[in-house]
Amino acid sequence: MTADGQWLTFLALLLPFAAAAIAPALTRALHHNAAWVLAIAPALIFLHFTGFVGPVSDGETLTGGYAWIPSLSVDFSWFLDGLSVTFALLISGIGTLIVLYAGGYLKGHEHQGRFFSFILMFMGSMLGLVVADSFLTLFVFWELTSITSFLLIGFDHSREASRRAALQALVVTGLGGLSLLAGLLVIWSATGVNSMSALLATESVLRDAPLYMAALLLILGGAFTKSAQFPFHFWLPNAMEAPTPVSAYLHSATMVKAGVYLLMRLNPVLGDTAAWETILPLFGGTTLLVGTLLAVRQTDLKLMLAYTTVASLGLLVMLTGVGSEKAVEAAVLYLVAHSMFKGALFMVAGLVDHESGTRDVTKLGGLRTAMPITFTAAVLAAASMGGVPLFFGFLAKEEIYAGLGFANGWTTMLTLVALAGNGLMFAIGFAVALKPFLGAKVETPKHAHEGPILLWLGPVVLGALGLVSALFSGVSHELVSSPMSSAVLGEAVTVTISTIPHIGMPLALSVVTVALGVLVFVMLGQGRAAMAGILNAIGWGPDKGFDQVMRGLTRVSFSVTNLIQNGRLDYYMTATFIAVAAAVLIPMGLYGEWPAVPSMPRMPFYEWTVLLIALIGLGAVIYARDRLTAIVSLGIQGFSVALIFMLLGAPDLSFTQFMVETLSVVILALVMTRLRLSPTDHRPTGEKVMDVAVAGTCGAALGLMLLRVTQVPFNSELSDFFTQYSRVLAHGRNIVNVILVDFRGTDTLGEIAVVMIAGLAILALVRVRSVKPIASKNGEG
Amino acid sequence: MAAESIDISDAMVIQPTTLGDWMIVAPVGVPILFAAILLMVRHETRLHAGIAITGLLLTLAANAALLLQVLADGPQVMTMGRWLPPFGISFVADALGASLAFVATLVAAVCALYAMKDIGATGRRYGFYPFVMALMAGVGGSFLTGDIFNLYVWFEVFLISSFGLLILGSTERQLDGATKYAILNLVGTTLFLTATAYLYGTFGTLNMADIARRVDAVRDTGPLMTLAVLYLLAFGMKAAAFPVNFWLPASYHTPRIVTAALFGGVLTKVGVYALLRVLVMMFPVERVELSGVIAWVAAGTMVLGIMGALAQSDVRRVLGFVVISGVGVMLAGLALGTEEGLTGTVLYAFHSILAMTALYLLAGVMKELGGSYSLHELGGLYRAYPAMGAFALILMLAVAGLPPASGLWPKILLVQASLESGLPWLALAILATGLLTTIALGRVYILAIWRNRPEGAPSGEPNARPGLGYVSLALLCIPIILLGVYPEPFIRIAETAAAGLLDPSAYIGAVFPVEAAQ
Repeated sequence: MTADGQWLTFLALLLPFAAAAIAPALTRALHHNAAWVLAIAPALIFLHFTGFVGPVSDGETLTGGYAWIPSLSVDFSWFLDGLSVTFALLISGIGTLIVLYAGGYLKGHEHQGRFFSFILMFMGSMLGLVVADSFLTLFVFWELTSITSFLLIGFDHSREASRRAALQALVVTGLGGLSLLAGLLVIWSATGVNSMSALLATESVLRDAPLYMAALLLILGGAFTKSAQFPFHFWLPNAMEAPTPVSAYLHSATMVKAGVYLLMRLNPVLGDTAAWETILPLFGGTTLLVGTLLAVRQTDLKLMLAYTTVASLGLLVMLTGVGSEKAVEAAVLYLVAHSMFKGALFMVAGLVDHESGTRDVTKLGGLRTAMPITFTAAVLAAASMGGVPLFFGFLAKEEIYAGLGFANGWTTMLTLVALAGNGLMFAIGFAVALKPFLGAKVETPKHAHEGPILLWLGPVVLGALGLVSALFSGVSHELVSSPMSSAVLGEAVTVTISTIPHIGMPLALSVVTVALGVLVFVMLGQGRAAMAGILNAIGWGPDKGFDQVMRGLTRVSFSVTNLIQNGRLDYYMTATFIAVAAAVLIPMGLYGEWPAVPSMPRMPFYEWTVLLIALIGLGAVIYARDRLTAIVSLGIQGFSVALIFMLLGAPDLSFTQFMVETLSVVILALVMTRLRLSPTDHRPTGEKVMDVAVAGTCGAALGLMLLRVTQVPFNSELSDFFTQYSRVLAHGRNIVNVILVDFRGTDTLGEIAVVMIAGLAILALVRVRSVKPIASKNGEG
Repeated sequence: MAAESIDISDAMVIQPTTLGDWMIVAPVGVPILFAAILLMVRHETRLHAGIAITGLLLTLAANAALLLQVLADGPQVMTMGRWLPPFGISFVADALGASLAFVATLVAAVCALYAMKDIGATGRRYGFYPFVMALMAGVGGSFLTGDIFNLYVWFEVFLISSFGLLILGSTERQLDGATKYAILNLVGTTLFLTATAYLYGTFGTLNMADIARRVDAVRDTGPLMTLAVLYLLAFGMKAAAFPVNFWLPASYHTPRIVTAALFGGVLTKVGVYALLRVLVMMFPVERVELSGVIAWVAAGTMVLGIMGALAQSDVRRVLGFVVISGVGVMLAGLALGTEEGLTGTVLYAFHSILAMTALYLLAGVMKELGGSYSLHELGGLYRAYPAMGAFALILMLAVAGLPPASGLWPKILLVQASLESGLPWLALAILATGLLTTIALGRVYILAIWRNRPEGAPSGEPNARPGLGYVSLALLCIPIILLGVYPEPFIRIAETAAAGLLDPSAYIGAVFPVEAAQ
């Protein structure tokens, strides 16, 4: 890529964020018409990426970027091939229509500017995700899509359902994001490369790596949560709490496909293994069936569509998992078709809701005359969704059946799953597109009429595109389907399927699908009742499970925290001193750092006497009945130690000790006379024994350590230095004094500061009276 | 021996102290000086904020100059009283100490600004600003001293200052919290002192560079494992590592919010710093032996910490546990001991200082605007104050380790380092902690920010003017975003710091230049 192109792509990737920054101000000025201006941003991006269609369809891949975090070898880099360019076009193209649609949909909303801002930020994140080359750039954008999705689902933040759905989506996709991060880091360490382009060039290194299974499962954790695979699908229908432009854009056309994108991107290096070809179809197929069956249950237009989105994502994962050339081509065709028709149908649902005041399919009917343009767009989209010939969805469906077939039991089963799923989706698609419009006119909360151009432009364009792209399938295959399929397969392939039906197995299956779909469509009411009965009988789903997990998590956290942090200082102290004893004794034992048994010291009788007095003092402290006695007894022990210092030839130290002991006894005794403390010990015997044991062990442990340290040959360099220079250089005869004020004067400075601050703290403690004491509710205030 | 016959150069530094060298002690000297000035004008409470902010900005400038000098020329040394090391007390600024001192001073300056509103005349008269200055002197001294007993002294300085800040106001719950804080911390500090006595008995020196260069020789004779474990416990208590972190949840929700902000940002990180300095630089072999234990402590701290946050409904209590959980994440790097892991720890420390202070200040603004700290009562903040939504979101993303904020890259570094060291379970713990943090803070976000104010809940202060709060938050959010969007320079500093710990030859060479040259 030339330097100029590099700049332009970089700007294109940043443009949505720039647009997001100006959106609020622009909306304040132009109100809903700001949409026309803001839509220029995605339109320009779309134009920029169309420039790559030519080279990419010739089989080129383009990389570019800038160094971002060289110390982590992370580049802000992109990788353009058929897969990423197609995604970029879908994101920017549908994004343009969505921005316009949002202009009409949220017209007059007080926070429309904020909404534009969020959705443009999402667009930038999604665009970054699909073009990212470096692993960590991809991860960053992946997380950003989760975060912007959180903001958009919770846009209507005063409603509890929105908040719950937003947090749920954040938690589920956040879980997946962490899994993805771990997966990418595992791939990085297994292969030594950290960009998609380099990884694709390694061919089968990853497949043969011992960490393959770990990498695969972690990556699938990311992809399955993002792309709402069973059993992580529940967040997606809940995300319908978001305003409809969000549902149309994030939760059908783009973001939820990020997981599928990731699988397709990694198919050449992760795919083609037994695990891949088992896990993906298994989860995808289950998701397809569960999604369609749950869709039958719904009456809300958006929820019906949401569950078919879940189903479609399942289908895509299943096809990617099968991994044969035809299956991948089918996945590619279906992905493109789905983005168009599902985006359109969501916008239709929103339009109906916006104009009529309801989106309950049982309360709608006969809108065809009031909303003819919407009706047309709906039918076009549903035709593609149902796989009617002449529409792009038809191509996809033919290719699906061709790709699966009846070669063996496994593919036969998958074909049947696809057949059932497609049939049900046909029925739901047409139910959304026809039921509100056909039949007798039903009174709706608002008097329905056709919406403004901002609202119908999007669905009409996408609906029509589903037809045009199929009619000119040669062009669309050459520009989109073939390059993308080649990128997913890792080798050049050409997609040839056209709208002209060929007699054969796929066509036969298509006919069966349509027949099944029509049957379900007619019997939708009964089907809905039946599904409702079954779901009520089960009575549990992953959505409830999510709540249970969250509640359980809080409960367990609460119990654990109250157990550890119970508010009782005596418990904290006991635990701390047990840790002290363990910290000395365990390493001493494990590493043989016990002291050697010392020989009996030879001491004159008066030293023995002083030692004995000290011990008696200690005994008296322990057995003292009241605190005053204990304090005085402690003084006995202290004075004895001071005497020992004196006898061992350290008069200065000894006198310091005398002073300290005298003062502490006096001050403590004074304090005690002012306090009314109960003279008796309330501790039960068990606690007393425990305290004795802990204190004794700590004392013994620290004593043993001291003994051990004294057995190390002492390095007297410092003492020698101080002795040598104390008088001659520091001009002081008392070495202790010289150490305090000169050699280590800085310590003394610090200690002086401590005394000063302590004084100030005491002043504050004594003088500041609290205005209103707050009663403590539980252990800790 | 007569004085005249003594060669002074055997005992003292002969070269005059350069101006640049004074930068090494300025981060300690300036705050002490300003603490003294503030005491002199104790009753002129209106002047306090201005004086303190000036002092902290000067300290910040000194820190910045020092950091730049260290990054350009390697560790800088100044030995007090001109006594040659190891006889005098050396101050040694390396990338680790200088960078942490800089970030800590930055948040202290922001706190001093926020305190203009949060601390009334009584609080000022009884020493709020002098306490803050003394606290920062202690913190700066801890980061910059090269002498382990002197480190103890600075620990004492900031401990007693923090105690003063904690009791300021004298409400019942404050005194309850302060009692637990003081007693448990004194145990920790005493343990530190005891360990240092043992250390002196074993090594005969207190200079950290001296210890680092002697440690291999002493290993045969000294009880170094026991010593290392004692330090691990003592500093683990300071850092609020499980299972010796009772003091933090018992006290951090009780003082004025700006005090909690300063504590939550700075204090535990000093403990983490001390662990890095002592275990990685001074006891490297022992750290390897202990890595398994530290890894479990790290995982326990991060997971139990964030579980504590999930169990709370008072925003301040939530944050106290989030602080703890972050300590666990930092300890993961200590357990790994690789350059990448330590880089992650240092980077996480930058992030945690900024983000935790900002979160506490956010809680303060929430209380001001929403009238409560309780998640049962808060609400309606987004509707009334959209800027709160933005600040809260950025900070939530920061602590959850999500883009585009500061927590992302240290988390990635630590996960990667864990995987490379063959500890996938530690990586899992870090990632799980991130998810649980998302849940804990996400809950705060949707309840306090998004939800409408519940019926009957207390309202915020009438005519609340959150301007100062917004400015304080913005000042912290800028570096937080910068760390997320363009982390390169910060990672480089953290890398230099980590490399300096793993190979302390430059540190030792700076303290003992002659011998290094031999």
